[in-house]
This record gives sequence, C-alpha cells and structure tokens, in this order.
Amino acid sequence: MSDSETLTGKRLMRLRVNGEPQEVAAHVTHSLLEVLREEMGLTGTKHGCELGECGTCTVLVDGEPIYSCLMLAVEAEDRDVTTVEGLALQSRPHPLQRAFSDLGAAQCGYCIPGILLAAKALLDKQPNPARPDIEEALSGNLCRCTGYTKIIEAVEQAVGEMRG
Amino acid sequence: MLRLPDFTYIRPRTLAEAAGVLQELGTEAMAVAGGTDVYPKMKRGQFTPRYLVSLSHVEEHRGIRREDGRGLWIGAGETLTAVAGHANVRREFPALAAAAGLVSTLQLRNAGTIGGNLFVDTRCNYYDQSFFWRQAVGFCLKKDGDICLVAPKSRVCLAICSSDTAPVLSSLNAEAVLVGARGSRQVPLETLYRDDGIDYLAKRPDELLQGVWLPEASFGWRNVYLKLRRRGSFDFPVLGVAAALRVGATGTCEAARIVLTAVASAPKVVEDAPRVLCGKPVDGAAIEEAAELAMRVSHPLDNADMDYWYRKRMTRVFVTRALRQLADAGAATAGPDAALV
Repeated sequence: MSDSETLTGKRLMRLRVNGEPQEVAAHVTHSLLEVLREEMGLTGTKHGCELGECGTCTVLVDGEPIYSCLMLAVEAEDRDVTTVEGLALQSRPHPLQRAFSDLGAAQCGYCIPGILLAAKALLDKQPNPARPDIEEALSGNLCRCTGYTKIIEAVEQAVGEMRG
Repeated sequence: MLRLPDFTYIRPRTLAEAAGVLQELGTEAMAVAGGTDVYPKMKRGQFTPRYLVSLSHVEEHRGIRREDGRGLWIGAGETLTAVAGHANVRREFPALAAAAGLVSTLQLRNAGTIGGNLFVDTRCNYYDQSFFWRQAVGFCLKKDGDICLVAPKSRVCLAICSSDTAPVLSSLNAEAVLVGARGSRQVPLETLYRDDGIDYLAKRPDELLQGVWLPEASFGWRNVYLKLRRRGSFDFPVLGVAAALRVGATGTCEAARIVLTAVASAPKVVEDAPRVLCGKPVDGAAIEEAAELAMRVSHPLDNADMDYWYRKRMTRVFVTRALRQLADAGAATAGPDAALV
C-alpha cells in the first residue's frame, strides 16, 4: 500500500464552511454531519434517520445537495460546504427563509434546514422553476407535518421575490 | 447519533493499488466509492469492515466519453447524477438516464456512483433492518444467522437484486472492465451476476469495476426502463423492467432483450423474449406473448415492499407498457417513473 494514504484516529481537517476556511480536529470515521454539529457548533443541520432516508441533514457541497450523514468529513476537505447558517445574506434572511416564515411553511421545523438548502441548490441553477421542478428538487426531503403544499408555495413565493 | 463503528480509512491513487490493498487485507477490507449504501449498512452492523478502501482519490474510473468504433465509456466512479444528465447517455440510452435518475433521491445520486449501483448489495426485508431489529427477530443467513427467514427451507439466501442500472446495462449488452490485483479483464456485464443473495457477484473480492462500455452495436437500439416502487423517490425498485429492441427500417424487430430487476438475486434475463419478438413487427400479439413469458420467469418473494403476487402480475403489465412504448415511439423514450403515486 505504498502510495496509499492511511488515515486513522483524529485528524486536523481543513474545511471551508459557509465561505470561511477552518481547521478542525475530528475523527476520520465521523460524518460531515457529526463534525458540523459537534466540532463546529453548527447545529442548524439536523440529524434525522442518519441512513439517507429522510433528508434533514442536507447540506450543499460545491453547490450540490448531499446527505451530510452519508459523507465522511474527510471527503469534504477542500470543498465548499454550505449549511443553513450560511444562507442569510449578511444579516438579512435569504428570500427562501423569508417566504417560509411569511407563509408558515415550517410547522415543527425539523426538516426545514435541509429543505431550504435543497431549494437553494435548485434556484441557483434554475431561477425560474416550474412546480414539477420544485417537487422533484425537494423529493429527497421528507416532511411529516406540512403535506408539502406550504413548502412548495413558499419556494414559489421566493422565486417571485428573487425575480423582483 | 447513529455513528459509524471504528475503521481505518485507506485512500489509494489507482485501482491497481486499491485492488492490491484489498487482496492484502482480505475479508476485513471493503471498497467504498460514494458510500451511500456502505455507510448506512455499517451503521446497522450489516457490513463490518475494519478497513475501508476509498476510491475517492482514484481518477481512472471517471469520465463518460464516446469513442468511435468502441462505443460509449462510462466510468464506474461517475455519480448517478452525472450519468443521468449526460447528453450522450440521454440521447442514445434514455433507459440508462432514466434508471440512474430514478435511484433514490437527488442528494443520494449526487454522491452515489454508477459502479456502486451496479454492484449494490442485495436487499431483503429481514436483512435491511437495524442490528437491534435483526437480533430481536433472529439473524438470517445473509448476516450472523443460519436460517433464511423468507423461506426457512431454503439453503441459499433469497435477497433480491436492487440495482436499477444493472438490468438496463445488461439489456444493452454492456461490457464491464474490472481491475484486480492480478490484472484487468473485460467481460459481458451480465456474466458478473449470480443468483445467490450472499455471493451475488461472480468476481474476485479484490476486483474493482473501472467502468462499462456500451458497445457500438448497441447504438440505435430503442430502450426503456420502468420502475415499480411505492413512493416516487427514495425507494429501491420492487420490480424493474429494462427492454431494448433493434428494429429494422421496415419495422421488423431484429433483436430484443428484456431484463428484470428485483425478482431474483441477479438481474433476470427473459431468455425466450427474442424468440417471440424477433422477425416480425412489434405488434399487440407479440407484446402480449413476451409479457406473458416475462411474468412466468418473474419470481418475486415475500421479502420486499408490496405483495409478491402483485409484483409478479405487474411484471406482465410493465413489460407490456415498456414494449408498447418502444413500438409506438419509433425512437427511444425516457421511461416515466411508474411509481404508484
């Protein structure tokens, strides 16, 4: 295994989270979700099933939504990670956050950080999505409260607002 | 938190090196690409490797490219999102674009690879559970136990093939390129599957998939994939139908392949389909006969979502729909998700 890199125990990881480069000491076996929440204090990213079956731990890695419970933190080194804490623009909430708040699209709210990021990834690529595009983009995130109607309406409202 | 058990993480730079490491470490090591199936299974104690050999720093299993005379190369390390969205794949092999795009969810497809989906572990209601659940019910043949809980008299494990992309690539006569500690080889993808829920891959444990060729001869085939599952996302197939036809200028069917998934431990080729479809136009009678044959060889068991008899009968319905689409379209059609939603 001459040229192979062997990682074990704790390691100093270079992560770039919400635009800020940071060094964090974390165990190689820890998921990005665990490191964000437990080593970096970014508890906006929620842990649900931790098996890739619910979507609440969704974060963006290089702009693409992924399940942070299924990615090792070491695999996120030198990549751009965006969590819900990085969604606000300076101190102003993101139009998605405002729309979700205006319409009461969050009930218990546990799934919302993941849904906001999945929606952001969609809008970054497709500023004017049709309803089926929104449904498709959010189909990897479960919500047990809302029945999704308010959530989809909130994304549509945000689309309208961002278009001005 | 549901945490991963401890392991040593090894990141080779080449497939040959990875194969060497796998051979050296033997059964205590496991390869991981996207990790979307490996990590949940480690958390639930279904996989218990001490060493994980990550392919994340390997480059030679990436890329999707057209080579004149050889066909379309799809690197095993490409994400399912990349395969589903690739212009060449969408144009020539919409069944593959559909199958890759119907795996689980967008988030999962952004991390999970096509190689991982082709070799994905077989599934069963008695196996895909938490350690606590399996311990309470009693372990099964596939992990930690000595009896099959689906069919207690069965001496082989009956967990089912749950890949969406394997039946499609088999239907299109794809060739797999494997790299092992003793060198590389190219074989028809179809020959890599065994109808055994535990030992479901006919390859050495150190062999890694570098990629697949969709050969030149498969270009121009009409192709479609239909998937049955309860929800429109997340779920593995409980039935999948891949159909591919080569139709001549006069409308005569010259070649036909129908491959089913989730009805056995390996993708199930409907061997008799070409006999009833070839040499004539793809019409109602031929479609009906092929669908009937497919249902006859479809043997779902009571170990996945939805009733097994329903999945068997839906085989006929789905094969009929798939062949009608191919007959009607006159060109390849992207299969809509046929989930019951």
